[in-house]
Amino acid sequence: MKQKDLILYSGLIILGLAAPFLFSAFKVQLTYLCVLIVLAMTWNLQGGEMGYNSFGNILFYGLGMYLTASVQVGMFFPLAEWTESGGEKTFVHTTAQYFQGIGVGLLVAAIVPTIVAGAIGYAILGLRGHYFAICTLGLGIAAGEIAGGIEIIGAGQGFTTPPFPAEIVDPEARGQFFYFLSFLVLVLAFMFVKYIYGSRFRLILNAIRDNEDKAEAMGIQTMKYKIVGWMCSAFFCGLAGGIMGGLIGYIDSTDVAFDGREMGVFMVLMAILGGKGTLWGPVIGATLFHFFKEGLWTFILGWQYVALGVLIVVIVVYFPEGLMGWLREKYPDRFGEVIDEKDRKAQVEIK
Amino acid sequence: MDLLIFQAPILMVQASLDGILLGILFALIAYGMALQWGVMNIINIAQGDLVILGGYIAYTMYLAGIHPAWGVIVSPIIMYFVGWALYKLVINKVVDRDLFISILATFGIAIVFQQLMNFVFGADVVVAQSEYGTTMLFDNSVTLPNSKIFAAFISVIYAIGLVIYMRRSRLGRAIRATAQNARAAKILGVDTEKVYAATFGINAALCGVAGALISITLTLHPYVGLPYTVRSFMIVIVAGLGNLPAVALSGMGLGLFEEFADYILGTEFRIGAVFMLLVFILVYRRFKLSKKREYLK
Repeated sequence: MKQKDLILYSGLIILGLAAPFLFSAFKVQLTYLCVLIVLAMTWNLQGGEMGYNSFGNILFYGLGMYLTASVQVGMFFPLAEWTESGGEKTFVHTTAQYFQGIGVGLLVAAIVPTIVAGAIGYAILGLRGHYFAICTLGLGIAAGEIAGGIEIIGAGQGFTTPPFPAEIVDPEARGQFFYFLSFLVLVLAFMFVKYIYGSRFRLILNAIRDNEDKAEAMGIQTMKYKIVGWMCSAFFCGLAGGIMGGLIGYIDSTDVAFDGREMGVFMVLMAILGGKGTLWGPVIGATLFHFFKEGLWTFILGWQYVALGVLIVVIVVYFPEGLMGWLREKYPDRFGEVIDEKDRKAQVEIK
Repeated sequence: MDLLIFQAPILMVQASLDGILLGILFALIAYGMALQWGVMNIINIAQGDLVILGGYIAYTMYLAGIHPAWGVIVSPIIMYFVGWALYKLVINKVVDRDLFISILATFGIAIVFQQLMNFVFGADVVVAQSEYGTTMLFDNSVTLPNSKIFAAFISVIYAIGLVIYMRRSRLGRAIRATAQNARAAKILGVDTEKVYAATFGINAALCGVAGALISITLTLHPYVGLPYTVRSFMIVIVAGLGNLPAVALSGMGLGLFEEFADYILGTEFRIGAVFMLLVFILVYRRFKLSKKREYLK
């Protein structure tokens, strides 16, 4: 088993490293895929494992996006003048400045959302079930509306992130840079989530999901663990947002950064499609979703949101357990579950 | 920050009147939400989009040369069947499931509705002209569009009508019985499936009325549904399920809050303020309940 895992992981990493050279026309799509997997996996940490279905992780994503861009610009030039010029390249980053800026920016984009999650966690995570879902939905949209009114980050007209340095003439460089950045984050996120899956922390999160009152009665400080779980999600959401901001090159408050209607729902949908509460579920779900989306989007141009809405309804209504859940039902022994024949017969009879 | 409102106190009268009249309209939408939430245990994110669809029905009549005020009669009839069809297609599969499932499923419905309305009616902001004129108060310093007074009046009539209907009619009694205990009602011969379909239809019809009124008082746009959902959700959690006077009062309170937020913070933060208020209300309730070691459920 151990050796099989080793082969699987090294194979995937080699595939990941070779992908931009094998499919060099799809580098941007591959970067999107990495970011989507990171988002789905970290949403799954608290949506699937902890049972706190959040629509508000988009808050950290958008925050990370704005923070990376602001730091990248603000480190070298006055931020207000940059946004006021609205993309007119009045200031030009040198190569060193660009990479320094994005490095520090991503660091800030990872840390600040984590702190924000910790700060609001105590208040928000005291809500349960659908109140939590609606509250975080409100939080994400409020953040978008408020960001759309703040002048220094571009308000309604948007924020152009610094363009990739012109001194690097290789046309492939930009795509490769962002791909490897997102792939690095993906590997880190996967290792982190895998570590959590083998730790006591996951059992505590599951206990909170299954019955929070009982978990508390067993002496688990549920609030502490809930906040830590949310902070883990926020950390990677911030990073993902920062990378996407640089990749897209333009930040709009409600359509790109705090895009609850797209990204905010996507991450929930991908995790559910693959199977909540499994390690591989979100990865498979995100991959399938991305292929489906990109494959279908171009054919049904204009109707994509209708298709998306129908897809949400179909997935949620007919496959709430997701792909992994379905497989688990079908081949329980593959998942290490032992089923008592008598017990199953009895359940069938009840049905 | 524009603090004109403190320099010219007459604006406060303007904001208060606007807010109260608007709040009555919000309360009507919230009443529909409370109805379906109480009876079917469903949170309908598409509520606001049903409202906007109702508004577009009135707007279509306006384009066809019929006075949009007739929309308050036509729109609920059409919307009743839209709601009924929606129930038969999707909602009946999520009724006894986890609330999160219903939230996500109705979110999907909301996206479909928004996009279809965008196709059919275009992405422009539209308004149906009622040409009711305005009433000037206090030496012409406060202007009050008659359409707003008309909207509040119609909302009150519909709300009272519905309350009487729920008390007196057979279906109303069946709905109330199902809300109390669906299983017991089923045993006693109530066709709960029919009751659910009717409840969702009535909710959609109320949204239709509200939408028709919004089309003549405010503006319509395919993507502004969600704020109406959040407003009605907020009113319901403040007022509780099935407490009509409280729904009306908290609706007016919300209207007042919005108008004052509009003047004090600026129009660009108006929707943001509504969503932040939702977060604050939920967090406030959470802290208040946690003192008793309880939580919102």
